[in-house]
Amino acid sequence: MQRTAKLWLLIGLAAYAVLPWYMVPGGFWSFGWLQAWSADARPALVWALGGHAWLLAPVIGLLGAALALATTRGLALARALVVSGALGLLLMAGQGLAILGNRARFEALDGLTQPGMGAGALLVAAALLFILTTGISGLGRGRGDVFITGMVGAIVALVGVFVFYPMSFILIRAFELRGGAGLGVSEFLPRFLAPDIWSIACLLGTGYCGAAMNSLLLGLATATGTTIMGLAFALIFTRTAFPAKRFLRVLTILPIITPPFVIGLVLILLFGRSGTITEFFSDAFGWEKTRWLYGFWGVWLAQMLSFTPIAFLVLIGVVEGVNPSVEEASQTLDANRWQTFRFVSLPLMRPGLANAFLLGFIESLADFGNPLVLGGNFNVLSTEIYFAIVGTVADPAKAAILSLTLLSMTLGAFLAQRTWLGKKNYATVTGKGDSGQHAGLNPALRWACYALALPWALFTMVLYALIMFGSFVKLWGYDHTLTLEHYRRAFGIVVRNGVHLTGSAWDSFLTTLTIAAIAAPLTAAVGLATAYLLVRQKFAGKDAFEFSTMLSFAIPGTVIGVAYVMAFNFPPIELTGTGLILIIVFIFRNMPVGVRGGIAAMSQLDRSLDEASVTLGASSATTLRRVILPLMGPAILAALTYSFVRAITSVSAVIFLVSARYNMATSFIVGRVENGEFGIAIAYAAVLIVTMLLAILALQLLIGRRKLRRADRLQAT
Amino acid sequence: MKLSSISAIALSTALVAAGAAQAQSLNVVCSNEQSWCDLMAQNFKIDTGIDVAMVRKSTGEVLAQVRAEAGNPKVDVWWGGTGDPHLIAANEGLSTPSGVDTSGLLGWAQNMADMSEGRAIGVHVGLLGMLYNTEVLAEKGLPAPACWRDLAKPDYKGEVTVSNPQSSGTAYTQLATLVQLFGEDEAFALLADIGSNVNQHTKSGSAPGKMAARGETTIAVGFMHDMVNLKKQGFPVEIVSPCEGTGYEVGAVSVINGTPHMEAAKAWVEYVISPDAQSRGLEVGVFNIPSHPASATDPDAPDMTSVKLIDYDFATYGASETRERLLARWEGEVKSKGGNFE
Repeated sequence: MQRTAKLWLLIGLAAYAVLPWYMVPGGFWSFGWLQAWSADARPALVWALGGHAWLLAPVIGLLGAALALATTRGLALARALVVSGALGLLLMAGQGLAILGNRARFEALDGLTQPGMGAGALLVAAALLFILTTGISGLGRGRGDVFITGMVGAIVALVGVFVFYPMSFILIRAFELRGGAGLGVSEFLPRFLAPDIWSIACLLGTGYCGAAMNSLLLGLATATGTTIMGLAFALIFTRTAFPAKRFLRVLTILPIITPPFVIGLVLILLFGRSGTITEFFSDAFGWEKTRWLYGFWGVWLAQMLSFTPIAFLVLIGVVEGVNPSVEEASQTLDANRWQTFRFVSLPLMRPGLANAFLLGFIESLADFGNPLVLGGNFNVLSTEIYFAIVGTVADPAKAAILSLTLLSMTLGAFLAQRTWLGKKNYATVTGKGDSGQHAGLNPALRWACYALALPWALFTMVLYALIMFGSFVKLWGYDHTLTLEHYRRAFGIVVRNGVHLTGSAWDSFLTTLTIAAIAAPLTAAVGLATAYLLVRQKFAGKDAFEFSTMLSFAIPGTVIGVAYVMAFNFPPIELTGTGLILIIVFIFRNMPVGVRGGIAAMSQLDRSLDEASVTLGASSATTLRRVILPLMGPAILAALTYSFVRAITSVSAVIFLVSARYNMATSFIVGRVENGEFGIAIAYAAVLIVTMLLAILALQLLIGRRKLRRADRLQAT
Repeated sequence: MKLSSISAIALSTALVAAGAAQAQSLNVVCSNEQSWCDLMAQNFKIDTGIDVAMVRKSTGEVLAQVRAEAGNPKVDVWWGGTGDPHLIAANEGLSTPSGVDTSGLLGWAQNMADMSEGRAIGVHVGLLGMLYNTEVLAEKGLPAPACWRDLAKPDYKGEVTVSNPQSSGTAYTQLATLVQLFGEDEAFALLADIGSNVNQHTKSGSAPGKMAARGETTIAVGFMHDMVNLKKQGFPVEIVSPCEGTGYEVGAVSVINGTPHMEAAKAWVEYVISPDAQSRGLEVGVFNIPSHPASATDPDAPDMTSVKLIDYDFATYGASETRERLLARWEGEVKSKGGNFE
């Protein structure tokens, strides 16, 4: 405890005395600040002595910790560290929130301003935080493990700053009274319970349903559908001798690497009123051409295509992980294959099923692109929220109320999932050698899986063939002359006096790839670390902690985007217009997938593995690195893949955060789609799809399969 | 320590990113078509030597962002998009007068500047019109529409697509146009009749035209310059200028209040209202009417002299009170009529 605390104390003091406290023009790595600590790049110590006296506040925490380390030992020291760490953090946040960039928040401090916090502030905050958590571990919490308390502290702090802090800006507006009359609940409740949110008229056949009811029905339908479909694919992969598994695997991940709007567009070209398939049935059977696609079923179909892969990614690891010896034991006890599957394997897959369902439900609620393109008059919460913010009459209060509605549904789904999983133990990967073979599926189930999954795979294949086709023709649907024009306009290269990237898409393409490549490993790391804490560690407030990590995922991107602008446009934390804000929004929006996948995979690992490692003298950090991580291959892969891809394909959150310097591929594509330039949009989408596919294959090669020391044999069928 | 390495990575990216963003130049947010945005930025850079960073966003998104950033804006100039949100921004003090001389511009562009006290200057005008898909119309054996009143004919049941004025500025322009043409009560009666033919109220203003082009619907209402673009792309569509007369939108340019780059921003405003810069729009298929009389226009582009135009009252119909009242009435009397066709 002492060593860690001393280390962080030194880092904190050094940062306070040497590093530039505020953001530096030109950036930290330009090292311009080294030149005599130019005007803006002075460290806090220099600032504090030269007029910014309030910057003395944070150092109080550091000095308190130093004093404690010098004078006390044991429990007293731990208490002193907790107090000084917390005090330092509070003072630091207090001065940051009280004195803003253009004004002070209180009249007493009138006239004082300061820029946004920079490197020095970041390190001092980290030092104070870890002094605090080290103290907590010294009190015996978290089994007295410095590493565990530090990790919990870091994640809580990150979620607090990047989820709760910005969200508070927008949610407070739900309680705003009309005409700027302050805050109150008198208008909130009637608006929250209004029939245009909750009406069930469509179920009774008397009119439109409320947006919340629509979202709920759609979410349940999508979650059920994607979980079943994901399970069918996972079973084919692990429990059958299907010949073309590799090919199928590529097909199952294609939809998540597809930029938004593209799937909707292809569906319209196939099933719209003038779609190819509609025309065919109309000509062949005289069916009337209808607009059935624009509404619930169209959105559902598009969401099934988009989100089945997520269910599959969560389920494949879990289905694979079910211990074959249990299945063998079941068969030895004279159960047939169906009974083995129904009463042994399936119950052990519950964590996977529950997490896949929860993800599907939340994804469906927060989905924005598909309802926008295919929704017709079917209104869902996410689009209503978007237009409450950007519509002809901007109504942030309505957006906030709808967001709260959406959050309450997510909370409901989360609690239902917890109840269903209960307190059972799902560990099936243990340290014991389990050399059994997985039970094959009984023929009926196998054919059921084939019947579900193969037509779906074929359908996906047709869609993607069409996307490729669409990018090579002049005007998709009308003029099918082959052309490379769209690619030339988007990705043109001129080789003359060196290589010049002249295509209009290069700029956003390279920015997108860079940002996604930085965000993905960070997202996976934060997500899996959180999953580890949730599954393996016990600490107070764990349930609340778990739910808080889901929040940013459940809130529609538009709300997050606006909340980020409101929170991070001004000091103390000024990030708008940078690439960093995009990276951060991706990390905290996509982290929950890492968390869910990690939880599902980790609940299968027997605790005795960790215990054995700890008994043999390894620290919890070593155990995590040497024992848990190698067994988490599929979950890491899923988290990395997903966060990389989502950073490239997400739209709604980034619309407000992209800046002229940091534009993203999707906002470029949306612009082209809005302008009716489908050719270039689809060509760009096709290039993105191929890029992401290559990246994913590379990741798979890199991470490889985990070695469970099982033969991965399958019962002959 | 895993955490320290993570935080080190995060820290370094933070500083790199923060550093790159500090470089000095003009930040323009553009609400026109992407290719027009790119071309203008490129030409401006070449002609003035000022570095421009450009991003395209829809007007509603820009307004929401400028509001959220008020006091510490990250955008210097907002160019393009319908005038209503520009006027709202001007009224809320989000934009600032640029002091650019507008005397050489067409009347409606000066009018815009007068209304906003120089904060928003007109750059182009877009006329409201109708569009039908010739193939679908022939297949269904329907007559071609020529007037606003035609849209209410029972023949067109389930064949008309318009956008939703609660989310789209295009649809609000249509609503305000009909109110100014027929008077409020008659306009709402007509809208309700049209509403019973409407198969979908789209969220976006340009969506109905695109749906009609692809044969997903038969008749659409929208801005004519978008329709010319669709027709030039090769879709089987015809454009109709309604016989009773029609309304229009004025696209604008505004300098954001609090910009640190006032000089460069002013240069941008002067540039985009110059005939040289405006004429270049033809290279990328911009078919709206530019605000400088000397700017070149396409022969196929809608022409203000050949279309019967109403005297659009921006001051009244752009005001929040009128807007909220009309939209509330629309919600009650029109919305429930349409969209029941699946």
